[in-house]
Amino acid sequence: MTFKRTAAVALTALMAASPALADLVFPSLSYRTGPYAANGIPFADGYADYFTLVNERDGGIGGVPARVLECETGYNTEKGVECYESTKGEGALVYQPLSTGITYQLIPKASADGIPIHSMGYGRTSAANGKVFPWVFNYPANYWNGASHAVNHVLDLNGGDLSGKKIALVYHNSAYGKEPIRTLEELSAKHGFELSLLPVDHPGQEQKSQWLQIRREKPDYVFMWGWGVMNQVAIQEAANIRFPMENFVGIWWSGSENDVIPAGDGANGYKALALHNTGSDFPVFDDIQKYVVDAGKAAGAGDQIGTVLYNRGLYAAMLAVEAAKKAQEIHGTADITPAMMRDGMEALEISEESQAALGMPNFGPTFTVSCENHGGPGLGAVQQWDAAAQTWSLITDFGPSDMEVIGALIEEDSAAYAAENGIEPACS
Amino acid sequence: MFYREAGDFKTSYAADQQTFPIAFDRYRYWAVLAIAIGVVPFFINDYWANAVLLPFLIYAIAAIGLNILTGYCGQVSLGTGGFMAVGAYASYKLMTAFPDLNFVLVVLLSGGVTAAVGMIFGLPSLRIKGFYLAVATLAAQFFLVWLFNKVPWFYNYSASGQINAPERTIFGHAVTGAAASPTAKYLFCLFFVILLAVVARNLTRGRIGRSWMSIRDMDIAAEIIGVNPLRTKLSAFAISSFFVGVAGALFFSVYLGAVEVTEAFGIQKSFLVLFMIIIGGLGSIFGSFAGAAFMVLLPVLLKNVMVGSLGWPTDIAAHFEFIIVGALIMFFLIVEPHGLAQLWRILKEKLRLWPFPH
Repeated sequence: MTFKRTAAVALTALMAASPALADLVFPSLSYRTGPYAANGIPFADGYADYFTLVNERDGGIGGVPARVLECETGYNTEKGVECYESTKGEGALVYQPLSTGITYQLIPKASADGIPIHSMGYGRTSAANGKVFPWVFNYPANYWNGASHAVNHVLDLNGGDLSGKKIALVYHNSAYGKEPIRTLEELSAKHGFELSLLPVDHPGQEQKSQWLQIRREKPDYVFMWGWGVMNQVAIQEAANIRFPMENFVGIWWSGSENDVIPAGDGANGYKALALHNTGSDFPVFDDIQKYVVDAGKAAGAGDQIGTVLYNRGLYAAMLAVEAAKKAQEIHGTADITPAMMRDGMEALEISEESQAALGMPNFGPTFTVSCENHGGPGLGAVQQWDAAAQTWSLITDFGPSDMEVIGALIEEDSAAYAAENGIEPACS
Repeated sequence: MFYREAGDFKTSYAADQQTFPIAFDRYRYWAVLAIAIGVVPFFINDYWANAVLLPFLIYAIAAIGLNILTGYCGQVSLGTGGFMAVGAYASYKLMTAFPDLNFVLVVLLSGGVTAAVGMIFGLPSLRIKGFYLAVATLAAQFFLVWLFNKVPWFYNYSASGQINAPERTIFGHAVTGAAASPTAKYLFCLFFVILLAVVARNLTRGRIGRSWMSIRDMDIAAEIIGVNPLRTKLSAFAISSFFVGVAGALFFSVYLGAVEVTEAFGIQKSFLVLFMIIIGGLGSIFGSFAGAAFMVLLPVLLKNVMVGSLGWPTDIAAHFEFIIVGALIMFFLIVEPHGLAQLWRILKEKLRLWPFPH
């Protein structure tokens, strides 16, 4: 009987879900279960903790408390749709789908519903063209920037000349992993390196044949687009064939503690791209300790603070809060709607000073967003793993990517999407 | 009292052979249809359509399809996910190659393409049976998913390998794409569910269905009495795949709008549909609906109860959901190995005598 009544209450609550205007709602489509849980937990914790911090320390955003609405997707597209539909009625301001599949899913839906999406460092790259994708943002950098960052890094190591070098791309055989291929092909034509592609099927536990091929072909560099268990296996395999780790560069989703610790000392020197700084040596972490952890309000188990993916969640939340503040400033109201949030995201400016004022000096790259460019300038850095100290540290500054090549590709791909879906590219 | 045959006189063969011979069943059937068509569309919102009803209806079609093959004809198949992918990619190719083609036709043609593919993979069933056939269809599952990932023609050479459904309209109302209203999507899927369920029901109680069941019960005996195993097994594969292909096309174009083959049509989809028919009841159309409802609606309900009204953390709720659904599956299979459909049958037997059991 009680069960029945609770169920009935749940259903009526569901049907009567009306926008509650008392707070600013930030849904978090997290995955604390399923095959990628090890990576999903730190991100979700960081995302939630930053909003808790803002509520506790500043009394919310512009005086209005933020509410994080967490919904478990398990990295599953169907559950992601259910999460989207169940949270959008609550006045969700911005979605961070945290899965390339769910992002593709939500791009048309959220655009029709008028809710912005922020796919930070993942999702559909050509969404950087704000004229075609007015509701989708992927600043500060996307996969094509990432591909270019990796190439730029090896260019730097070789004094700007890659002709005759061989680069292998080990990638997750899915929409996510296929993203950099076009860019790398263009760059290979431009810089004269030879590119070989090695797909790894989901979930990526079996990579013997790929690494055997690498051993045979002896590429000078290996790039990796991996996620979850695939990263750990690849790093272990690379260590097994004694591939020089400093020539092995992963995308930012292949560079967390989870990925390198299982390989032990073998992973020493492994490199990954970075969207933001590493470690917990920033003033903001003192505030998190004081207002969130010590107050017993940390999300999850509270044991992820300072890890790479926790920082990424924190960074995503910081960008969302800054965009919300911007929106409040533009529209002169504290109670912003998703449409106002979009305007805030489009006018977002992250500078050295603004990051320092938040207690996050040099935490991420500086960038500005505009209607034409929802992806920012595409700055990124390279981080390296030190197995003895068990720390990631940035070894380069946030550097540019080859926007000449990427810009043309973005223009081409977004034009194809616009034609397929009858969108008239325009800036409002 | 209400549910009885006494006094329900039939005066023609047609009346005697109808699907629901008991008057109460008939009224209930018409009432369900009336509510589904006449009431639900006026109250449906985005959440109910996209999170609850569309997946239920689409999985019901897939479950009916697999039930024809496994429940009626006795050929175990683990290739459902792959065949759904065939339906999805066929509809994508048809939609993009012939933009003016009526969308109903697109869905039916996708079913037809899947039927052809299903027949090819059904050929081994003439030589191998049981577990060995299951492994052969498992090969189909992996091969088809690999194919759609490997050959860029299937996803029109898009950079990411994702396929996106463009907008298509029926009578001026969008049924695919982001602008489609929940009512339109719901009614479109409901139309296919009703149509295909009626077809399946009538196929299974006619000559073809009886030949399937004879092959299922004892293939050698069936062959001796003149049932052609080639034609029977291949027709089961073709019709089953047609249903699964229609489900795949709707799953991609109407429900999700964008899919990636490994994620959406992997082996877990084959298992999910197989669990649906085992829990719902093998060899029963009602069981296909019951199983789809159990596997689709129960997790959503549990999630809403635990996260929505009890306010539990999402990860704990997700783990509990697995535990509860798993425990209920075991409970139902221990209490009634023939599935929810058999429970329903027993209930109806009891109802005939109620309230005077002696």
